[in-house]
Amino acid sequence: MPLELVDRVDEDQLDQEYNWTLNFGPQHPATHTTLRLILTLNGETVLKAVPDIGYLHSGFEKLGEDLDYNQYVTIVDRMNYISPFHNEVAWHHTVEKLMGLELTPRCKYIRTILAELARINDHLLCVGAVALDLGAFTSFLYAFNQREAVYDIFETVSGQRFHPSFTRVGGLMNDVDDVFVQKVRNFVKQAPKAINDLTRLLNRNRIFVDRTKDIGVLTKEEAINRSCSGPVARASGVTRDLRKDEPYLAYRDFDFKMVCAKEGDCYARYLVRMEEMRESLNIIAQAIENLPSGPVNVDLNGKVTIPDKSATYRSIEGLIQHFELIMTNRQWKPPINECYGAVESPNGELGFYIVSDGTGRAYRARCRPPSFIHFSLFPHLIEGHQISDVVAVLGSLNIIAAELDR
Amino acid sequence: MAMTADFFISKLDYVANFIRANSLWPMPFATACCGIELMATASSRYDLARFGSEVMRFSPRQCDLMIVAGRVVMKMVPVMQRIWLQMPEPKWCISMGACASSGGVFDTYAVVQGIDRFIPVDVYVPGCPPRPEQLIAAILDLQDKIRKTGTLFGKEFKERTTFDGPAPLHLELNEAEIVTAPGNYESATRLH
Amino acid sequence: MSTVDQLQQQFGPAILRTESFRDNVRVIVTQEAVHEVLKHLKESLGFNMLAELTAVDYLNYPDAVDRFGVIYGLTNLDSGERIFVKTYLNEPDLTLPSVCDLWQGANWLEREVYDMFGITFAGHPDLRRILMPEEFVSFPLRKDYPLRGKHERHNFPVITRAES
Repeated sequence: MPLELVDRVDEDQLDQEYNWTLNFGPQHPATHTTLRLILTLNGETVLKAVPDIGYLHSGFEKLGEDLDYNQYVTIVDRMNYISPFHNEVAWHHTVEKLMGLELTPRCKYIRTILAELARINDHLLCVGAVALDLGAFTSFLYAFNQREAVYDIFETVSGQRFHPSFTRVGGLMNDVDDVFVQKVRNFVKQAPKAINDLTRLLNRNRIFVDRTKDIGVLTKEEAINRSCSGPVARASGVTRDLRKDEPYLAYRDFDFKMVCAKEGDCYARYLVRMEEMRESLNIIAQAIENLPSGPVNVDLNGKVTIPDKSATYRSIEGLIQHFELIMTNRQWKPPINECYGAVESPNGELGFYIVSDGTGRAYRARCRPPSFIHFSLFPHLIEGHQISDVVAVLGSLNIIAAELDR
Repeated sequence: MAMTADFFISKLDYVANFIRANSLWPMPFATACCGIELMATASSRYDLARFGSEVMRFSPRQCDLMIVAGRVVMKMVPVMQRIWLQMPEPKWCISMGACASSGGVFDTYAVVQGIDRFIPVDVYVPGCPPRPEQLIAAILDLQDKIRKTGTLFGKEFKERTTFDGPAPLHLELNEAEIVTAPGNYESATRLH
Repeated sequence: MSTVDQLQQQFGPAILRTESFRDNVRVIVTQEAVHEVLKHLKESLGFNMLAELTAVDYLNYPDAVDRFGVIYGLTNLDSGERIFVKTYLNEPDLTLPSVCDLWQGANWLEREVYDMFGITFAGHPDLRRILMPEEFVSFPLRKDYPLRGKHERHNFPVITRAES
């Protein structure tokens, strides 16, 4: 397929014979699954990079118009698949905003704890993958080993290692018990060891620092102009964190720092992610000690949550409410309007724009994916660097192909 | 006992199968979430290397097992086919996860409903995503299959000449509504 | 004076109406004025980040008047304020001026809207399909395109075991 490079480079400046095109294809270990780059190289220097995406476009947004608000959470999980719980939080945050629901305190705390665990998961994989691409295989194994502990907690709560599909409109699938609390406490005690191991392996590692310092520098103005958010923007000096600026769930009650850096290179992004992991552990430690008691789902009289089995089988109100919500010709009656809601996912600002037509299915479920917007930065960041810096920059941007393509 | 040629070949078959089964080097065609479970299977807790899959070589020319992990989109099908053709014989294919085996949750305009429509598959692993133990079970099943039906010169591959994938979906459209878009899908992503 | 009042004062008749739902403030503008409104919001009122650019097909929507709506979501990073600018489009005139000159982040977002809905953006440096293959002819997210597609997904050659 002829792919034309639209703005040609200035031909006087370059020695035409020595430029060549390299296809960094969709199947490549370092492309973090299915994205394609067409690099124009002069020797080892990258002159121009044209990204070609869409190799994982699965029609998520069209599916959103076909499934109802509780069924779609299984699909939303599969977008940013390394921290799936965050996508569920974002989706149901927007749905509950549309319907005007206020969650119970216990539900907010549990969602916060699980969301921060998912954030740690995401950052561990990102740091591990960057290390793997730059050659540090041991860091990758350490990071993956630590992720197994988080998977264990998710499995206790919902039965699935990842893609838990745990949130529902107005609450959660089921309540958590003491086993969960004990596991989270153990996790908070032993996770710092793994993070410290990674820090000791990578922070002052001559090879790692040389390969990531001053590579892929993103200035603050560029970051704002190109709509960056999350660790990528915060490492360039943009002080915006939705957990502090537009607090949702239970973040108002906790004392944590927003982590920013000034340089905007790959090393700064790596440091921001490591420090964010420590702040997440801080939040989890505060949350698990102060977990409020009470119901997890919004009250039955509100008629939005699916009642649990004992209420369904033993009370007529529970049975009727279950029927009303599950049968396809009834379901929720949200207001006929549109709403945008965003949360601070580990990658950046993950937002959903839901247009509702009054039925139980969304009319349009648009996802605002941070990876998509960050990947458009890539040609700008890589210009002038060597070909071996391509992996460093790509890894530090944390591009998840499923969120990129949806 | 007369030492016939068949006796030698069958003994060599046994040796060849033993060698091939216990050193299956996978090529991970990791597309989506199953790719993360594939990486977790290769990591220290559910180590895949103890079953012979010592290295995950990402070059198709050096592998003998293609593990398709994750959903395959129509833009990716020519890429997958090209990689399959680049692998040298003997080669096998594992379709990991619900999306690779049958389209999974994604019955949409872009996702192929099962890679066995375009590629011959040997073992299917259900799950969304399959647990690492399920993937290890699939690799052990494949090793079994190789030991039982493998031959030294790969005769069993030449015999599979018909399409052994699924029948066309009954939810497909009637003739009048089918749009085969103009343009050459085959060269779309570099099959040649 | 709030942002909405300042806009109404500046642009008058180009602002068709304003709505507010939960914490979203929406301003509906005409198709011709959208570029000036966004430029004014960026340069004079300090909305320096483009958070969202998307489109909706209102074909089956209850009480819909126009077919397509394009929504721009802007954020003011200093004050944390958000505003949504919306404009309606109808066939056959599905073009809008591109905002790539104001925000470079809009480049890919506009390509995606073109790919999924068929709305073209005048002045865009490189308007071609981004998520679907180049040969694809339909616009998938329109309401008249079925979920399972028109058989494009299985239109590929089959490889049997013996051939490979």
